Amino acid sequence: MYSRYARRYARLVTMPTSAPAALADVTASDSTLRRFLHGLPGVDAVGLEARAASLGTRSIKTTAKAYAIDLAISMVDLTTLEGADTPGKVRALGAKAVHPDPTDASTPSTAAVCVYPDMVAAAKAAVAGSGVKVASVATAFPAGRAALAVKLADVADAVAAGADEIDMVIDRGAFLAGDYMKVYDEITAVKEACGTSARLKVIFETGELSTYDNIRRASWLGMLAGADFIKTSTGKVAVNATPANTLLMLEAVRDFRAQTGVQVGVKPAGGIRTTKDAIKFLVLVNETVGADWLDNHWFRFGASSLLNDLLMQRQKLATGRYSGPDYVTVD
Amino acid sequence: MSEKTEKTEQQRLSVFKTYKLYVGGKFPRSESGRVYEVSDSKGNWLANAPQSSRKDARDAVVAARKAFGGWAGATAYNRGQILYRIAEMLEGRREQFVREVAEAEGLSKAKAAAVVDAAIDRWVWYAGWTDKIAQVVGGGNPVAGPFFNLSSPEPTGVVTVLAPQESSFLGLVSVVAPVIATGNTAVVIASEKSPLPALSLGEVLATSDLPGGVVNILSGRAAEIAPPLAAHQDVNAIDLAGADDVLAKELEIAAADNLKRVLRPQPVDYSATPGIERMTAFLETKTVWHPTGSLGASGSAY
Amino acid sequence: MASAFEYAPAPESRSVVDIAPSYGLFIDGEFTEAADGKVFKTVSPSTEEVLSEVAQAGAEDVDRAVRAARKAFQKWSALPGAERAKYLFRIARIIQERSRELAVLETLDNGKPIKETRDADLPLVAAHFFYYAGWADKLDHAGFGANPRPLGVAGQVIPWNFPLLMLAWKIAPALATGNTVVLKPAETTPLSALFFADICRQAGLPKGVVNILPGYGDAGAALVAHPDVNKVAFTGSTAVGKEIARTVAGSRKKLTLELGGKGANIVFDDAPIDQAVEGIVNGIFFNQGQVCCAGSRLLVQESIQDELLDSLKRRLSTLRLGDPMDKNTDIGAINSAEQLARITSLVEQGEAQGAERWSPACELPAAGYWFAPTLFTNVTQAHTIARDEIFGPVLSVLTFRTPDEAVAKANNTPYGLSAGIWTEKGSRILAVANKLRAGVVWSNTFNKFDPTSPFGGYKESGFGREGGRHGLEAYLDV
Repeated sequence: MYSRYARRYARLVTMPTSAPAALADVTASDSTLRRFLHGLPGVDAVGLEARAASLGTRSIKTTAKAYAIDLAISMVDLTTLEGADTPGKVRALGAKAVHPDPTDASTPSTAAVCVYPDMVAAAKAAVAGSGVKVASVATAFPAGRAALAVKLADVADAVAAGADEIDMVIDRGAFLAGDYMKVYDEITAVKEACGTSARLKVIFETGELSTYDNIRRASWLGMLAGADFIKTSTGKVAVNATPANTLLMLEAVRDFRAQTGVQVGVKPAGGIRTTKDAIKFLVLVNETVGADWLDNHWFRFGASSLLNDLLMQRQKLATGRYSGPDYVTVD
Repeated sequence: MSEKTEKTEQQRLSVFKTYKLYVGGKFPRSESGRVYEVSDSKGNWLANAPQSSRKDARDAVVAARKAFGGWAGATAYNRGQILYRIAEMLEGRREQFVREVAEAEGLSKAKAAAVVDAAIDRWVWYAGWTDKIAQVVGGGNPVAGPFFNLSSPEPTGVVTVLAPQESSFLGLVSVVAPVIATGNTAVVIASEKSPLPALSLGEVLATSDLPGGVVNILSGRAAEIAPPLAAHQDVNAIDLAGADDVLAKELEIAAADNLKRVLRPQPVDYSATPGIERMTAFLETKTVWHPTGSLGASGSAY
Repeated sequence: MASAFEYAPAPESRSVVDIAPSYGLFIDGEFTEAADGKVFKTVSPSTEEVLSEVAQAGAEDVDRAVRAARKAFQKWSALPGAERAKYLFRIARIIQERSRELAVLETLDNGKPIKETRDADLPLVAAHFFYYAGWADKLDHAGFGANPRPLGVAGQVIPWNFPLLMLAWKIAPALATGNTVVLKPAETTPLSALFFADICRQAGLPKGVVNILPGYGDAGAALVAHPDVNKVAFTGSTAVGKEIARTVAGSRKKLTLELGGKGANIVFDDAPIDQAVEGIVNGIFFNQGQVCCAGSRLLVQESIQDELLDSLKRRLSTLRLGDPMDKNTDIGAINSAEQLARITSLVEQGEAQGAERWSPACELPAAGYWFAPTLFTNVTQAHTIARDEIFGPVLSVLTFRTPDEAVAKANNTPYGLSAGIWTEKGSRILAVANKLRAGVVWSNTFNKFDPTSPFGGYKESGFGREGGRHGLEAYLDV
């Protein structure tokens, strides 16, 4: 199904996108989409948070911890999203992503570096040949308050500069106003702008959607519109990724695959700073969606300071000594 | 009704009342066809009362169970209105009950009148309780977690009541009213020796908007009809007020078969204002939990 | 589910608890041998390792303990409530201090996962003492009239499923109201009660106020029959509860009973489905289903049966059964060989009667008493497994079409302890909760407990309430 935006910006279209066949009729109209989203099972907040907290008590030790730390490092989208970003800063970030621990070559690379669109070229150069992806936040990140044409141009810039992944933000205003079709059409348009070369992460800014019911609806909306990843947050608001909202999104991708056969990734972002936190998220993945998602193709951490804590914990496991900040790099 | 009063009424022969059971809102005779003689305190014959059988007891339980859902489900306000209506109806038949109580218990007319007045007032007292007891014995519980938690009293179900043997009317009202005020239904075994006020009470209940089956009144031998009621699997509780120690123990043992709530016999001054114990004895406490949680997923209530 | 992310063993340290090779009865503030010198062994159900040898109380010991409690009653009941309160606060605090030790001990003796003893049992135990401590000097305001009096000596018999928590539920309100106590823990789980005896000594509790008599059913029977006991409190099976009710018939002993259940967990088609699945799992697999208020009957609306069962089975496949001392274990050992045999027999009856049995792939340890999480579908009200309390990790799944039918099936049992309701529709929760004949109704949650929240059954699940203001009544002469 071509959206009206897709037709308007036909020059950007490289492939048609559509809701998976099993759910094709859901997006046939405003009202079918609304009925579908409002027909999703409700979420009991206390029960959801209790389940997330309960999984948070898993005790991950020794070999399991070593596995989890390396897995977590490999899932990091190492991020810099500052007004003060420069090519120099981005080069340093890229170097760190490729070799997170210069003292230990066995340390895996991170999944990606994540930068603004104008830094994509610099990032691409910095990670060239490494397998580390370049992700770029586009669509007038973080607020998303711009005309669609501007957003699509933003995406096109990043893709043209070689971005492997686009992290878009949805129009929370439209979502909260109940204009689900507008949100859907924007996502499909951006998806089309990503072409075949870039995977699309759709950021909901869960902290602004406010309720768990909204987060579940947004997850399905994003997946229906062709998201390759659904992502919690921009990292720019008060509440970002939490175990509970990530668990809820994991349930959504699990159920979506069961219904459509299409697997979608999940990326919690913002606020995950410690190894202990990261491992809790991996436990959520492990016990909610299982091994199929325990891979950086399907699960990411949007983070910056997390990486150094993972590296220090990794060093501790290797040497038996607690490490310190002077033994990891500040980039 | 004595011969003396008949004479002073000159030639007119009075009409005797056939005392009947009160079951399911109707006035049946005992299915057994049996009656027994009821005498006043001096041994003069007063009337023949039905001598209920085990089957009458069984029928009464069926009637009480059938009435339970509607009565327990009625609003407390409605139950209060009906209990008050019972008081109104009794007030209108005050003279009849004064006579019956005087005869049954050998009291002077003045003393019997005081007893009947107290019984009427007791209905009024319990009428006022119907919509207050839940607030007194129930309430919210401040659990340590994100949950709304409310405990509410609910009626136990069908209650067998062995009415007091001596206080045939005030005692009877004092044990029946608290049982039904909270929504239970009752199978009442009247005072064996003095069942007539109880049987007449059935006529009052029948004209007080009380749904049939809420109160069922049996007369007869307690030793015969109480044991099957104590053992009955569809009876939820038993008030042993009118049982002697030997019978009470036997009935309590039988009641254990389905773990009936048992109110043991104890000395009671029926002229005193009651507490709430006779109501709480036949109340269950139901506690309902529900998560509260935060208003949204974005707050600090995470 | 198969996963590359295998959790390495994460055993809780056993070194925090020091179990002596033998223990005596605790009477009048001293540990003492049984009059007839009898002892019994207590084993760890997950390994069958003998943990300790414990004195076995007989009728003579019961008499000795009741006399000690009687002697202590006069002074204890005469203490100002504020002073009794402080003893209970002390006990609560010592339990908090020693909670890891007690959690490990309980896990060893009972077989339940350390995750549960650490995160559920012990916090609730301490909270219960803390809650009732505060009542001791406020009884005038509890709604039972001025200056309500204690009953005297309370004879208490508790089960093995929550050994220390059931002790707390019994002892805390008894002491707060000024009674003295003779308590018999279950024969398979005597140790935490004996450690509690030590806590009483640490707290300086006067001698004889609490007496602990490990032993078998005969000791329990002697205790409830003892003529100088004023109050009997029992938690356990309905069959034994009825026997106790017969025993105390005709006496002046006040009786409260917390007995069996066959709780219905009702899931409507508009339920928050992921949380409902968690609630179902928690309802029947918490403590290996050895819970009187377990949601052992799942009543699912027929229109969502397939979807719900798929989710449930997927979830069961992630349950981790094994060493209860491992912090990641969800399902521990069954408490005893006897209980395992009972579960096995009922499950066999379920199969023989045509219900469909399912368990996730699940390897059971070689030693100890284990039963895999089990789910029965195609169950009707006529099946034994829908009527009898299994007291194990076995869920019977039934369906219904309308709310009326759900309520009718839920209530169609001689029990009446717990029930669950799952729906997003508020008015349906209230309407259904109103009709359920059960003492505790959990809506959109399950198996939640709190010292302020009265707990107890309708019908053959017993009578009386434990917890909250209501829990005081059982120990007061009112």
